[in-house]
Amino acid sequence: MFDGFLNDLKHMNKRQFLYQVLCFGMIISSALMVWKGLMVFSGSKSPIVAVLSGSMEPAFHRGDILFLTNYEEEPVRVGEIVVFKIEGRDIPIVHRILKLHEKSNGTIKFLTKGDNNSVDDRALYAPGQQWLEKSAMVGRARGFLPYVGIVTILMNEYPKIKYAVLACLGLCVLLHRE
Amino acid sequence: MHSLLSRGNSVLAYTLSVLVTLTFACFLSTILVDYRTGTEMKTLKIEVKNLPEYGVSKKINDLGHITFNLETDLTSLFNWNVKQLFVYMTAEYETPTNALNQVVLWDKIILRGENSNLRLRNMRTKYYFWDDGNGLRGNKNVTLTLSYNIIPNVGRLPIVGAIGSHTFSFPSQYTR
Repeated sequence: MFDGFLNDLKHMNKRQFLYQVLCFGMIISSALMVWKGLMVFSGSKSPIVAVLSGSMEPAFHRGDILFLTNYEEEPVRVGEIVVFKIEGRDIPIVHRILKLHEKSNGTIKFLTKGDNNSVDDRALYAPGQQWLEKSAMVGRARGFLPYVGIVTILMNEYPKIKYAVLACLGLCVLLHRE
Repeated sequence: MHSLLSRGNSVLAYTLSVLVTLTFACFLSTILVDYRTGTEMKTLKIEVKNLPEYGVSKKINDLGHITFNLETDLTSLFNWNVKQLFVYMTAEYETPTNALNQVVLWDKIILRGENSNLRLRNMRTKYYFWDDGNGLRGNKNVTLTLSYNIIPNVGRLPIVGAIGSHTFSFPSQYTR
């Protein structure tokens, strides 16, 4: 089969090869456009996240997918599931708001807790930090899709799989003749 | 032509498309469901103390103590696209420091098949009722509401407020 690929490559002329490269570029750039478009549409920096931990079980398990929005005009309220980032931690956390205090000028501070954790998140925050502010919020969970995110988790944990998949896809696109 | 690879490929593709279609149909079938239902709440013992919130800060804040009754039947909320309910009771009030305060006092996870007809008597709160300052003593307008977050098998994650609330006031003296 691999000989076939090589044969194909040999018989391709330059123009055809360039055309395939362009096609490949189109696919990548349209994927990027969809992602950036979703960012604009949802108002969130990462509109789709995979759940990485079991702290929201039994609602969300590892590998489930959440769709986020982060509209400024929608007030933040208690009970909402928010995704937030903490200084000094790379991985965003998905937890539920337990307490919220809003000043008359609209600034808010809130405390979160995982459904499956017995205590609130103060121990997870930066040392000395007692509350989260709106700037820490990446988005609010609006939609739920089970299991699908396990693919990205596997790819991130075993980078070899990721490179293998990427290489296969790349070869297929480059060598596929219309 | 009909190699093992191509057969496997088409079986896999077909399975995936069937699964995607069914999942999407499941999502669509419950998109317009009205999940509202009623609840009755009552407070029994109401006290307010003034203490430092140990382990958090040395600032002295108001701490409310309440016990409550709660009645609600959530059985009707479960349809084929409801995996779990996250039910929570919130105290909402206004203080001189904050225009809006929301504190969750009690919550419960109800999985499909578990008892969802809640008849709670003389319950203590699950979480401490700390205010952000000293705005609980003598507060005349603290409202308890019940809300639930519906966790589906697939689809939206609506938060619905139950119809019915309970308003109470805190005493004007601290309990020692």
